[in-house]
Amino acid sequence: MAKPVAIMKGDPASNQRPFYAQFTPEQLKEALRRMCLIRRFEEGAEEAYMRGLIHGTMHLSIGQEASAVGATMALRKTDYITSTHRGHGHCIGKGADPKLMFAEFFGKEEGYCRGRGGSMHIADVESGNLGANGIVAGGIPIAVGAALAIKKQKRDDVALCFFGDGATNEGAFHEALNMASIWKLPVIFVCENNKYGMSVSTERSMAVANVADRASAYNMPGVIADGNRIEDVAEAVLTAIARAREGQGPTLVECKTYRTRGHSRSDRNRYRTKEEIEEWKLRDPIGHFETELVANGIATADEVAGIFAAADAEIAAGIEFARNGTDPTPDEVTRDVYTPGIQA
Amino acid sequence: MNAPIRELTYAQAIQEALATAMEADERIFLMGEDIGVYGGAFQVTGDLVHRFGEDRVMDTPISELGAAGIAVGAALAGSRPILEFQFSDFATLAMEQIVNQAAKMRFMLGGKVSVPLVMRFPSGSGTGAAAQHSQSLEAWLAHVPGLKVVQPSTPHDAKGLLLAAIDDPDPVMVFEHKLLYKMKGEVPEEAYRIPIGKAVVRREGRHVTIVATSIMVHRALEAAEVLAGEGIEAEVIDLRTLRPLDTATIIESVKKTTRLACVYEGVKTLGIGAEISALIAESEAFDYLDAPILRLGGVDSPIPYNPTLEKAAVPQTPGIIEQVRNLAKGRI
Repeated sequence: MAKPVAIMKGDPASNQRPFYAQFTPEQLKEALRRMCLIRRFEEGAEEAYMRGLIHGTMHLSIGQEASAVGATMALRKTDYITSTHRGHGHCIGKGADPKLMFAEFFGKEEGYCRGRGGSMHIADVESGNLGANGIVAGGIPIAVGAALAIKKQKRDDVALCFFGDGATNEGAFHEALNMASIWKLPVIFVCENNKYGMSVSTERSMAVANVADRASAYNMPGVIADGNRIEDVAEAVLTAIARAREGQGPTLVECKTYRTRGHSRSDRNRYRTKEEIEEWKLRDPIGHFETELVANGIATADEVAGIFAAADAEIAAGIEFARNGTDPTPDEVTRDVYTPGIQA
Repeated sequence: MNAPIRELTYAQAIQEALATAMEADERIFLMGEDIGVYGGAFQVTGDLVHRFGEDRVMDTPISELGAAGIAVGAALAGSRPILEFQFSDFATLAMEQIVNQAAKMRFMLGGKVSVPLVMRFPSGSGTGAAAQHSQSLEAWLAHVPGLKVVQPSTPHDAKGLLLAAIDDPDPVMVFEHKLLYKMKGEVPEEAYRIPIGKAVVRREGRHVTIVATSIMVHRALEAAEVLAGEGIEAEVIDLRTLRPLDTATIIESVKKTTRLACVYEGVKTLGIGAEISALIAESEAFDYLDAPILRLGGVDSPIPYNPTLEKAAVPQTPGIIEQVRNLAKGRI
């Protein structure tokens, strides 16, 4: 099984933050549980990959758990998210079951996509997750379309759209944010700026210092959050959600964060220094949040230990479930290309 | 006494299909560039914005990629978008969303969703609009599993195929021909559907089969009429749908006539004619063939501006007559 989560002590406690008043202790502990589950899930997936149990590639978000959970913890089940190639955290944040995610990684029929999608296409439509996406910026217009449908159907749900810093250099970003703004759609754009589009830094790929600076081009608020601090992310997203539900249109929230693992399995970390990686590891979002919960008297050290132990057990059971799953058969290779029943 | 035949143009027939569908289903809405008060570049949506309002006949910015993605997202979230591209050439700007997202979403998600959307593409040459506004890209999209591609050749089919496309749970690409928009033909008032995936025999014959698409159906029929005067009876099949292809109708016809010509406007190389030729080569009809298969498609060139060159770039009736006559030699 995976190594224990490295607990790094973060900023000093601050129980004055609105965050701690906006969520119940149960919700806060659940948020920690999900962050922990994401970390353990990815460590488990990485290990399964190294052991040759699963094939393909995967993009780990280790170090980015605060933005995934902070952005999703205030969403309803009927709200939508769209996700990215680095989307395991978003998926668990929105309520997906890790064992069905593992089953997908293992290519099994029990998986969320019946083994047809894999890591880069995990979706859980039941929980409002319209899917990870293998195309950078591919999910941005899709989230705007979901928000348009919400508005047309006179619902007060929202669509929350995750993407990375690299996606903001794509044309789809510009087109989608412009339309979301002119039509005042209930969408929250959450950019997880982890400093690199694969190997190219934001300094080398963007003419502005912050992704949030780009919001002014669309006449929408552009907010910067510390992406490694769940309080910061959740407060920014809560404001954006409230705006969206009230019909005031979209917000762009930039979460400054960092992936401590490489871009994908092929990454040899030639574009950044060990020192930079180590520095960010000291700002571990899980260690910080755990410390805050204990310092604020929201959770005891025993409860936290229990959360970690339960996550370990859930991940181990999930991998076991996936290993024992059902392999699709070759005669079903074209199933679900089209919707059956209507036409040939 | 017979009821008078009601005639509409191809553009009017499309508009009637849109209006009929929108009346019946509130989830349906139209998106596109200048489709509102302007009425669409080819006046297909016309006055629909006055009838249904701006929320259901939505002008988009000039953002083909974004609009295509918005259509995908809206379809996933329970709406039924119909997106008009101003010219089919602009599909190139939206290929990411069409090919990577709309076409694959259902499959990638293990059948958990459908993407019920329609995209309409005014296509083809003959208007002097030159290389970037005259292409026939239907074979590009027909190459993509997950999409359905239809090409109506008459006002009647334009309405019936579009209504079938709107009903369909999967993404359907409708390639309309710009030169056909003003063509008049009989269009029943009721909301009839023409099944996707079914070709139709437009003219029966026993000496040679011509499989044609879109405007080439009319050129093939003109050619068949002339050839009939020479004793050559050509069977003309209007493909109507490129994907899924109606293989049975083509194979049966070739078995009967023993000769095959494919006439289409898209570039000949690696086009729909190649697919149909390969279909016959792989089928039981191969043994019936009495002559090599003839492909008449667009030349390997962008569409030129000069009118003489523009005509020379795609099959024209005299060329079809001549080449099908040669193909039929020895058969009569």
